[in-house]
Amino acid sequence: MSAVIQVKHLTKDFKELKAVSDLSFTVDAGQVYGFLGQNGAGKSTTIRMLLTLIKPTSGEIEIFGLNLHKHRNEILRQVGAIIERPDLYKYLTALENLRIFAAMSGVKVSEKKLMEQLEMVGLAARAHSKVKTYSQGMKQRLGIATALVHDPKLIILDEPTNGLDPQGIADIRNLILQLSREMNKTLLISSHLLSEMELIADSMIIIDKGIKVVEGKVNELFDPAETVVELKTTDDAVAYERLQQSGLQQFVSGKRNDCILLKLHRNDTPAVLKELVQMNINVISFHSRHSLEDYFLSLTGHPNAEAITN
Amino acid sequence: MLKLLRIELFKIFKRPRTYIAFGAIAAVVILFQVGMKFDGKTYLDLVLNNVSDSFEVSDEFKSKLLNGYFICFAILNILLIQMPLLVALVAGDAIAGEANMGTLRLSLTKPVSRTQYMLVKFMASIIYTLLLLIWLAVLALFGSMLVFGTNSLVIFRSEVIEQMNSYDVMWRYFAAFGYAAVALTTVSALAFLLSVFAENAIGPIIATMSIVIVLTILSEFNIPIYDKTVKPYLFTTHMVAWKGFFYVQADSDNKTIDGTIQNLPAILRSMGVLVIYIVGFVGTAIWIFRRKDILT
Repeated sequence: MSAVIQVKHLTKDFKELKAVSDLSFTVDAGQVYGFLGQNGAGKSTTIRMLLTLIKPTSGEIEIFGLNLHKHRNEILRQVGAIIERPDLYKYLTALENLRIFAAMSGVKVSEKKLMEQLEMVGLAARAHSKVKTYSQGMKQRLGIATALVHDPKLIILDEPTNGLDPQGIADIRNLILQLSREMNKTLLISSHLLSEMELIADSMIIIDKGIKVVEGKVNELFDPAETVVELKTTDDAVAYERLQQSGLQQFVSGKRNDCILLKLHRNDTPAVLKELVQMNINVISFHSRHSLEDYFLSLTGHPNAEAITN
Repeated sequence: MLKLLRIELFKIFKRPRTYIAFGAIAAVVILFQVGMKFDGKTYLDLVLNNVSDSFEVSDEFKSKLLNGYFICFAILNILLIQMPLLVALVAGDAIAGEANMGTLRLSLTKPVSRTQYMLVKFMASIIYTLLLLIWLAVLALFGSMLVFGTNSLVIFRSEVIEQMNSYDVMWRYFAAFGYAAVALTTVSALAFLLSVFAENAIGPIIATMSIVIVLTILSEFNIPIYDKTVKPYLFTTHMVAWKGFFYVQADSDNKTIDGTIQNLPAILRSMGVLVIYIVGFVGTAIWIFRRKDILT
């Protein structure tokens, strides 16, 4: 499999702040590549460097085997992107926006093809409406249409599901899978929605404070049988103390304001539940959390799960 | 490049705010013309009051004065001072407006170099400026000619009355509008430069207006020490040189000579200064923009 993106020792400093530090990774052709990290981890800075919006302090980026700095226009002709919000010309219609960005991409796209693009993202019926009348989800879908309008080989989406409702998130997920599986596009997608990334990404990288934490194939990076359980009881403080002194101590991984965290293998679950009952701990809920999210937590070491697992 | 320019013009002329300047010019010109139609003689008396000590003005001469050429000259005197502010509306929005809308980052991920992007933006600002001037010419010159007719153009300077035959006027207006285009492009270039630093169009527009107002006041200062040390270097000093096309050479009998300009080298020198400013402003804007990290 040939590499579409090769990032080597990429570093970006903003005066005193090291936004990205010695970052290297490779995205292979046809992959959906997840780019994970908390807010401020350096994801957007890296993506902006991949799109020449920000100049790296040092390091090298190759896309399609070409040096990005030397072959900028040649490379960008084959790249489609959304960076953070899909901001478009609000006083223009969807079709006019699409026409403008197609022309800027250096390709001639027929009106029929433009309408097909809008059809693909479910906006054909609103093609002639001004973007200022669109909902956030519609803007996001139009943004994706502008990224795809010139039929790029590489698509870079920075937080594509930001601000969307569950249905909108599902629509974008399906669209990404369609682009990857049916149209054989390579996609690099940054997100903090780890559960979403698990559903669509083939490989991923996790960065924290601009530094790579881990990179690899999603199915190799974590054991789906390993899970973290959120245990809520009638009195968490007392329950936590009793658990620490019991045979379940090995499973206790932490405590938060509203629950106790247990880290265990799926096969241990029946025994743990039985033990809790025998200990007379009044369980309100026993909720298994998403494994990839916990994997992320264990790697980055951030205790506040809510900040990154929404 | 042409395709990008077409896109840029399309975006400019799809925005309602673009038409504010056209509306403002139309309002000022039409209001002035209406006033002159109904009370032009009083206005003329006020103007002639300033020179009546030096010159004897007959009633017949007065009646010839109030014609389309004279009205247009009076309008230009008022409007060419205010027009820079209208030009800044679009040029100040060029980059800052895109940054504010968030479309700048999307545009710069397209295979268009930043230099090309900037040049296209600036060219679009120039075209907008030219269209504003054409609009002004249509309303102020041709409109006034239609309503008030044509005759000799007489203009009053402190101690001189310049009289140009009607057949010797039109080319002067074309030259003056051409010069005004360069002068307004200078303001456009300044607003364009300031636009690179901002993420909201209001900032560069207000900053441009403030700079133009302050420098215009400085240019008008009657303090001798500034005449050689400051004024020659201010672009605002040179923006009013369009009037030079209406200052005519006279023969030994003090009669104006058709087709002449009193001090053409001074006008060309002023134009040269403005062109240097334009190149300086735009060159600096491109230099900065090429190195800028796009964080908006």
